[in-house]
Amino acid sequence: MFSPEINHSNNPLIQVINLNKSYSLQDANGKTITTQVLFNINLTINQGEFVAIMGHSGSGKSTLMNILGCLDIPTNGSYWLAGKNVATLSSNALAKIRNQHIGFVFQGFNLLKRMTALDNVATPLLYAGISRAQSRKRALELLRRTGLENFAMHQPNQLSGGQQQRVAISRALINQPPLILADEPTGNLDSQTSNEIMLLFQQLNREQGITIVLVTHEDDIAAYAGRLIRLKDGRIIVDKNNTN
Amino acid sequence: MNLLAIFGEALRALRQNRLRTGLTMLGMIIGVAAVVLMLSIGQGARTKINETIAAMGSNLFIVVPGATSSGGFSFGSGSVRTLTINDAYTIAELPSIKTTAPVVTGTAQLSYAAKNWSTIVTGTTANYFDVSNWKMEAGTTFTESDVRSAARVVVLGSVTAKNLLGDEDPIGKTIRITNRPFLVVGVLMAKGQSLTGRDQDDTVVIPITTSERQITGNQFPGSIRYMLVQGTSATEMDIAEIEIIQLLRQRHRIAKGKENDFTVRNLTAVADVATDAAKVMSIVLGAIASVSLLVGGIGIMNIMLVSVTERTREIGIRMAIGANQRAILTQFLLEAMMICIMGGLIGLLLGIGGAWLVSQFADMLIVITLGMVALAFLFASAVGIFFGFYPARKAASLKPVDALRYE
Ligand SMILES: Nc1ncnc2c1ncn2[C@@H]1O[C@H](COP(=O)(O)OP(=O)(O)OP(=O)(O)O)[C@@H](O)[C@H]1O
Ligand SMILES: [Mg+2]
Repeated sequence: MFSPEINHSNNPLIQVINLNKSYSLQDANGKTITTQVLFNINLTINQGEFVAIMGHSGSGKSTLMNILGCLDIPTNGSYWLAGKNVATLSSNALAKIRNQHIGFVFQGFNLLKRMTALDNVATPLLYAGISRAQSRKRALELLRRTGLENFAMHQPNQLSGGQQQRVAISRALINQPPLILADEPTGNLDSQTSNEIMLLFQQLNREQGITIVLVTHEDDIAAYAGRLIRLKDGRIIVDKNNTN
Repeated sequence: MNLLAIFGEALRALRQNRLRTGLTMLGMIIGVAAVVLMLSIGQGARTKINETIAAMGSNLFIVVPGATSSGGFSFGSGSVRTLTINDAYTIAELPSIKTTAPVVTGTAQLSYAAKNWSTIVTGTTANYFDVSNWKMEAGTTFTESDVRSAARVVVLGSVTAKNLLGDEDPIGKTIRITNRPFLVVGVLMAKGQSLTGRDQDDTVVIPITTSERQITGNQFPGSIRYMLVQGTSATEMDIAEIEIIQLLRQRHRIAKGKENDFTVRNLTAVADVATDAAKVMSIVLGAIASVSLLVGGIGIMNIMLVSVTERTREIGIRMAIGANQRAILTQFLLEAMMICIMGGLIGLLLGIGGAWLVSQFADMLIVITLGMVALAFLFASAVGIFFGFYPARKAASLKPVDALRYE
């Protein structure tokens, strides 16, 4: 069950209180069926933490991550991000948070097709109001740091899975957000590439103090994190420091 | 986010999807081109007919010998010779009539130097040119005194002049009509085809007296093929018609209850029929054009709907990395506008080019008005922009997670 004894610094970046999420679907007879996916989630994540979320398929990991990433809204309960109640924010304010404060990394990469790696990485800056020339300069710099400078002009379909994921991570990092949310970022990658990606996350966490929340099915991936949360059927059953 | 950056983003999206962009534009191009082409042909036909009618002269009656036939009037009934030159002169005295021009016609062989040409000889009085609103290209008409003295003077139609004399200046030359020498005093302005499709410019006009005595001859002296009658005013055409009929019945001694041995046609009424026909033709072409526009519009709509729906996921990704609704809507609106404007312009050029080709090869008058161009352009743009924008708006109002999950 949820372990309230774990105490973090008194500076929570993420605070989730009694959060529930359910979906309503119509069945064949047109009757509405409600399925609850998350039950009474309470969760506090502090600045600088590296958290791994694990759990069986369908246990609600992605659902929780989408809510944390302001891509979805809870059915009830509240979510405080950096001291702000997300429920009170306008859609423009949420867009700004996604742009400035959160970098999302997906299992399927979600790069924009037919656009170069460079442009993909630069796009969030465009929405931040930064000039195109400046955006591309910064994107190129970031690609250099993630070891992709030779692939800057490649389109996603001209890159390997690992390269695509590194482009996606570069895109998540471009606005220097304090929080990276990664939903199975290594799910489509082989173990060596996965380890390279994880080392990159670890480095970002240790050297730049970026808070990272990551979903994975694999124990050795979760081992990179400092804290482990386990979900089962929409409930947190384990929340502990990673002793590896 | 600034507008320029979004504009660049829209432009890039269009360039990166050349096929989709091209297909969408195609709907626009076809719709606009078809409408411009159809409407310009219709408008051209109307203008042409109006010109022909204007060239016909105003407040005109044509009086032909013979009873009214059910199939309309014709000049072919040569056996009936009930109208005379004197009928024409007497009608001219009526208060409701301004003037009359009796006409005899026949075919004759013309020659000049070594050239021969067979054409219709119109014998008439000097006021014929004025009544039929026929202007001179060069020289003058013949005069009343030429008619009285049966002078051998001739006015050439423009086609006849060209065929007989080539590039020579015809005025003052002597040509031969059935071997008799005639002095050319004038050349008529080209008039084109009549409403019945006859080339009016292949003719020569000589005094009626000369024609009767020296060229066509006449089994029934004084009889004429037809006469043009010009009323004094457009509003008194009905009265004029009644007066003509009364006078002719009296002169021809037609008993009460007996049929007229002549037919009076109001040419304005004939012109009205032609105008109506042209109107019907423009309406039909306009209807075809509307269908093309509708089909083009549906094409634009389909491709816009499909492409935007397909791009719901892209919209989700853009929202996930921080685009707000306005940024996304602006981009899609700009994309749709660019496609519509470019496609519309290309369609316009194609339509105008097609109209030009038709005018060259089919020898038709083509009239392109700003109104039809605007209609085609605006309608197609409205369709394109609406269906480019509306699905994007729907997608942008989704939660990012739903747009991202869209299959
Ligand atoms: N849009 C939706 N409508 C209805 N039900 C949904 C929707 N999204 C998710 N679910 C349900 O919520 C439950 C949790 O889904 P979720 O994607 O969070 O699982 P997960 O833990 O990420 O699984 P996996 O490890 O396979 O990714 C599943 O039972 C799923 O069917
Ligand atoms: Mg998942």
